[in-house]
Amino acid sequence: MTQSPLSEGVVAGRLDPAQLTENFGDLHPRLDNHEALVAADRCYFCHDAPCMTACPTDIDIPLFIRQIATGTPEAAAKTIFAQNILGGMCARVCPTETLCEEVCVREVAEGKPVEIGRLQRYATDVLVDANVHPFERAAATGKSVAIVGAGPAGLSAAHRLATHGHDVTLFDARAKAGGLNEFGIAAYKSVDGFAAKEVDWLLSIGGITVETGKTLGAGLDLATLSDTFDAVFLAVGLGGVNALTVEGSDKSGVLDAVDFISDLRQASDLEQLAIGRDVVVIGGGMTAVDAAVQAKLLGALNVSLVYRRGRDRMNASVFEQDLAASKGVRIITNASPKAVIGNGSVREIEFEYTDNDLNPTGQTVRLAADQVFTAIGQTLNAEGLPDLDGGKIAVTETGRTSVEGIWAGGDCASGGDDLTVTAVAEGRDAAEDIHATLMA
Amino acid sequence: MADLTSEFVGIKSPNPFWLASAPPTDKEYNVRRAFEAGWGGVVWKTLGSEGPPVVNVNGPRYGAIFGADRRLLGLNNIELITDRPLQQNLREIKSVKQDYPDRAVVVSLMVPCEEDAWKAILPVVEETGADGIELNFGCPHGMAERGMGAAVGQVPEYIEMVTRWCKQNTRMPVIVKLTPNITNVIYPAEAAQRGGADAVSLINTINSITSVNLDAMSPEPMIDGKGTHGGYCGPAVKPIAMNMVAEIARHAETANLPISGIGGVTTWRDAAEFMALGAGNVQVCTAAMTYGFKVVEEMISGLSQWMDEKEYSSTSDFVGLATPNVTDWQYLNLNHITKAVINEDDCIKCGRCYAACEDTSHQAIEMSEDRVFSVKDDECVACNLCVNVCPIEGCITMKTLEPGEMDERTNTPVSAEYGNWTQHPNNPSAQAAE
Repeated sequence: MTQSPLSEGVVAGRLDPAQLTENFGDLHPRLDNHEALVAADRCYFCHDAPCMTACPTDIDIPLFIRQIATGTPEAAAKTIFAQNILGGMCARVCPTETLCEEVCVREVAEGKPVEIGRLQRYATDVLVDANVHPFERAAATGKSVAIVGAGPAGLSAAHRLATHGHDVTLFDARAKAGGLNEFGIAAYKSVDGFAAKEVDWLLSIGGITVETGKTLGAGLDLATLSDTFDAVFLAVGLGGVNALTVEGSDKSGVLDAVDFISDLRQASDLEQLAIGRDVVVIGGGMTAVDAAVQAKLLGALNVSLVYRRGRDRMNASVFEQDLAASKGVRIITNASPKAVIGNGSVREIEFEYTDNDLNPTGQTVRLAADQVFTAIGQTLNAEGLPDLDGGKIAVTETGRTSVEGIWAGGDCASGGDDLTVTAVAEGRDAAEDIHATLMA
Repeated sequence: MADLTSEFVGIKSPNPFWLASAPPTDKEYNVRRAFEAGWGGVVWKTLGSEGPPVVNVNGPRYGAIFGADRRLLGLNNIELITDRPLQQNLREIKSVKQDYPDRAVVVSLMVPCEEDAWKAILPVVEETGADGIELNFGCPHGMAERGMGAAVGQVPEYIEMVTRWCKQNTRMPVIVKLTPNITNVIYPAEAAQRGGADAVSLINTINSITSVNLDAMSPEPMIDGKGTHGGYCGPAVKPIAMNMVAEIARHAETANLPISGIGGVTTWRDAAEFMALGAGNVQVCTAAMTYGFKVVEEMISGLSQWMDEKEYSSTSDFVGLATPNVTDWQYLNLNHITKAVINEDDCIKCGRCYAACEDTSHQAIEMSEDRVFSVKDDECVACNLCVNVCPIEGCITMKTLEPGEMDERTNTPVSAEYGNWTQHPNNPSAQAAE
């Protein structure tokens, strides 16, 4: 190993392979059988359980935990998948500390919730690892549905529609399906190619054709889709990123965090992935944390995550903030980027301290930076889409857009948090509405 | 620190915690370890007659049921009496007793139901210096099929006869160990007393099948594809054992018969409960088999602390104090009215009380939109189910209504008088008596 965290500039191989393997290992390894039984036993089987209400997909959590406790994780998995076909990924990426586990009565009572997320992971892994698909496709209806976007919302809708017997064609711009599950989350949350494995498992319901490398405006046309298919579901996500617009932001080394995360997920050898000695991430959401933590895990010496407002306003959960801090990421708040400084490539970035209302204070600070990753929001590429609401496709509760025959869900649609689990729920519910409409 | 010294049928021990006749007391090595750990006494694992010893199975001999985190709640076994030669056991008993003269060493016996067999074994046991004998009339498996153990214990006449033989043929105190596998424990207890027993000990293990292997379709523990009922013990049997102890302790004819309490004693509190119901001491097995001999340290410190708190200077101060309060249902005061009260500050809003009451009881708990649970006094019969299913100890309590207060369920003021079923107008016998 010729490089180290101290090496100047942007270089690959700062850490040895063993260290990289350890750094990018499973953040929350699967519970073993005994751990799962002990964890499951803590569930009180609450009446009208608060955790169920908090789950955007309404998984019957007390029931699946009891099924684990009684030695039938397969049945538990089916309970989960019946509500959330991407229950395996959600078990890995859900911010459970702000959803089911936050309202767990044992969190309220003792500050130690039942480990719902990890139990869900345990149960779902049992079936996915065994490659058992617990649902069967209904008789073919002869109806066809086009789904644009093979991320969580698209996959969820596709599975539900296929289960009802419709023929689904699932288009995606990327070379493989999965959306943000495959390209957009930190590697340590989905190890061993789980996202791809989950997609294959989901598709084994049958009746779904995946066409990659196709997106609206590049090989696909919404009007044509509407004419060709009986219904269309748009789950295109947020393809655009907000760019940094301060002086010098065109210098090399200023990059989208989304691209960095994607490149890292798709890298076959992390040792070949270059990272700066000094890295600055701008933003306060999950994407910013994922980028900052992974920069650190790749061997960057100094990683700062800089957010323009206070900590309490960060979109990243407290758990994610603590994770970043525990990995050695320095979180700087109330600082807005002012200028990128450097000769061709970024060398430093200057921030100005701001209050929570973004009022400038006139005080500035400069951070050394070989790389600047921006994670300051993603936007919808809206051209040719149905009516918008707040920059997203306006939808009803069941995902109907302003255009008859076209539904939308996931991050591209209005309403709900931009979470995997929310996208799954929206895809599922839109699929049910499409099914009801087609069969009416 | 309270004085835990115990004297049971004249047998002294430094504390009331004896190890029951069972695998932990099968040989010198174990018993010495037990005494080093602090046990007050042992009942040596049951000896049989001279001759080739019994043999045990060579597959699993224990089965268990578990609570959370594999906490062992109940254990069953198909082990027989000692499978070691009589003379070896006798030598070891003598050796241990010589080295631990302050500890109780009682020898459990099970020989064929013939007077000569008992006459033969009693002198050789006496010769060891043992403090007493315990007659094993309870072992429910294996030996019963040979006319011993529970086969004797289930026939009061045999109990009386064998007890009498023993009393006639030894100066040692005779403790008769009773099987719970009968309809009414009073009959064997009375029989033991008629035979002259110095004490009874109970309970022996309960006939049981702890689990079924659903692949092999066989009871477990499974030996070559088959299983048999075994003797059940451990924390799960404690309620059954305590009831039997109490029945003997409060029965007029047996009220003065000393009792050694056995059945799921795991902590000092269990021991105190048995003793409050009338047991002069307790015998322990499963707790030691689960956690090792060291558990006696907690039993000693716990009982001692509790006795200090209660200002009991010796164990005899509290033995039997709860016995007079064990009564028949018909004498319970029907005018004693209580209502469940849910402490909202302690409530964690799990809703188990609501589900239990609404689905299976009296629809006496209300649940608001924001999950506040409250008791409807006009429906609450004070059954206590909500208290029992609530995961938070002390969150739901029972409040006693004062005389004169209105019971909203019956719209009747609470009576200050004691009134039981024998006096109740709905009781045909009570009306007949008027």
